Amino acid sequence: MAAESKGDQPDDQQNVSEDHRLYWRKNLQLIAILLFIWAFVSFGLGLAFADSLHGILAPLPGTPLGFWFAQQGSIFTFVILIWVYAWRMNKLDDEYFSNGDE
Amino acid sequence: MEIQQWTAILVGASFLLYIVIALKSRANSTGEFYVAGGHVPPLANGMATAADWMSAASFISMAGLISFSGFDGSVYLMGWTGGYVLLALLLAPYLRKFGKFTVPDFIGERYYSQTARVVAVVCAIFVSFTYVAGQMRGVGLVFSRFLEVDITSGVMIGMAIVFMYAVLGGMKGITYTQVAQYCVLIFAFMVPAIFISIHVADWAIPQIGFGMDSPGQGTSLLQRLNGLHEELGFSSYTRGGGNTLNLIAITFALMAGTAGLPHVIIRFYTVPRVRDARTSAGWALLFIAILYTTAPAVAVFARTNLIDTVYTEGQFQSHESMPEWFKAWEGTGLIRHEDHNGDGLVQYVGAAAVDGEGQPIRNELTIDRDIMVLANPEIAGLPNWVIGLVAAGGLAAALSTAAGLLLVVSTSFSHDLLRKWLKPDLSDRQELMAARIAAGVAVCFAGYLGINPPGFVGEVVAFAFGLAAASFFPAIFMGIFTKRMNREGAIAGMVVGLVFTAGYIVYFRFLHPELDNPENWWWGISPKGIGSVGMCFNFMVAGIVRSLTADPPDEVVEMVEQIRIPEKP
Repeated sequence: MAAESKGDQPDDQQNVSEDHRLYWRKNLQLIAILLFIWAFVSFGLGLAFADSLHGILAPLPGTPLGFWFAQQGSIFTFVILIWVYAWRMNKLDDEYFSNGDE
Repeated sequence: MEIQQWTAILVGASFLLYIVIALKSRANSTGEFYVAGGHVPPLANGMATAADWMSAASFISMAGLISFSGFDGSVYLMGWTGGYVLLALLLAPYLRKFGKFTVPDFIGERYYSQTARVVAVVCAIFVSFTYVAGQMRGVGLVFSRFLEVDITSGVMIGMAIVFMYAVLGGMKGITYTQVAQYCVLIFAFMVPAIFISIHVADWAIPQIGFGMDSPGQGTSLLQRLNGLHEELGFSSYTRGGGNTLNLIAITFALMAGTAGLPHVIIRFYTVPRVRDARTSAGWALLFIAILYTTAPAVAVFARTNLIDTVYTEGQFQSHESMPEWFKAWEGTGLIRHEDHNGDGLVQYVGAAAVDGEGQPIRNELTIDRDIMVLANPEIAGLPNWVIGLVAAGGLAAALSTAAGLLLVVSTSFSHDLLRKWLKPDLSDRQELMAARIAAGVAVCFAGYLGINPPGFVGEVVAFAFGLAAASFFPAIFMGIFTKRMNREGAIAGMVVGLVFTAGYIVYFRFLHPELDNPENWWWGISPKGIGSVGMCFNFMVAGIVRSLTADPPDEVVEMVEQIRIPEKP
């Protein structure tokens, strides 16, 4: 099987080092922050508060803010969230797992 | 040139392209057949994921759905995109690190159980088949409307194309055809959208155009549309009417369902490294967002154009004065005018419409919402080649999704059922042959469903999302984020989530459709959103059962440790 060997890392050390723990904690913190924003723009601005935001015309002169978040803004935010996560985590990977040292 | 000639040329050219790609990318091993050898660059995988994900429903139906439901249609826009955030942050990188071939692979190994694997296989096959039936139907519809081929031949042609690249190339063939299909479908969606935006709003970017002032009206497009809605007795376009809790539940079920759908997850096994899984999720959602943020703009333009056609300067227009496209679609039965009061006018009104004396007015016009995207270029008077392009785009969307789903079905048979369960001594070559045969049989079965569609395809799609949300998503999530989640907890959670969600949907949609209204729904949550509740039950039951049963073995805990960290550079 061609692809199988890619995921397996038999030479990895068996015990979880302090670095792994720290890496994982930073990952969880980042996920928590980004998912909070994710829920806030979609369930919050886009749905729960959409009616109260109906009178505000933004960011385009003709769109009620809640409606805009529900049909445009939340989607733009989702794209940004994924890229921020990819960028931060790929950097974190380099910090913790570059040069083969753990 | 006529519409039909243009359509034939553009559809033919796109099919030729797919066949060439299919012949160039044949799979020679199971690794290539299942996950394209794990060599797909993140950008290409992003495009392939976008085409895989955006189905005939996204391309053909979604803008129409939003056009007719206004604000309430937002649940689909957010639900079908927000799921990628869950996928990118919570599932994709870890599943890539795990690095096997299928979703049942992960569930089976993480929960050290054949039972868990088989439950996952059954769900994966069920979800994929319900979905694929709708795609083949979409293929048939496009053929019959634009090429005047009957639906059966249309589906057969579509099947033949999918057969070529799915059976020969497996994931490798599918991936590169999907890249081509993404380009075709996004071009086909954007060209008419930009034309219409310029036409209606004087802006070339639809995302901006629909929020600006309506040229020569002194008011914004959306305000004008809201005004028309009020005059005609429809509910406000930009304001929600529904119960907010229900809207949140539907959105969340669609998000978690999206993140849990096997044909989407499997795409992230095809990239070389964990970091590529993250960036390819970013590309995927970017490519999806181009269509998903354009669709609501198209919806507003289409709605305004439609109302302007039948209701001009405060007057309903006569049936004789209706334009060519109106009569063409009447011929297909997808637009219907019933002149109840015999005055020859097309009265298109909502439930709250009243005349000068306060008497209710009867609506006389029924429009199938699926025609909005297909009819839009004609409504806006765009050139014939644009209409042919839309047909090619619709086919690209349907075929790419169908292929991805069929691959999940074939992999589930050859890998999860045969190799990992019934016949573990299968050689790689035999397994590859089994995968090809399974793909071939699945294509034929999907074609059969496309020609003889079960009457409840639409209903069953709600099922697919609900079930994925209530079973796969929590099981995979807990498998990664809680080291101590064990076999008993995960299986109990999946079974409870599945039974509850399926039971609720079957009860309201099939057994007692007459009770299917907000008064009878639990907590006011419709069957579309019940997957969210099923998911909560899954989490709760899994947690309780886990605390009462034995911890998972050390090897499994070690495996979880390993999937949490990236591979060495």
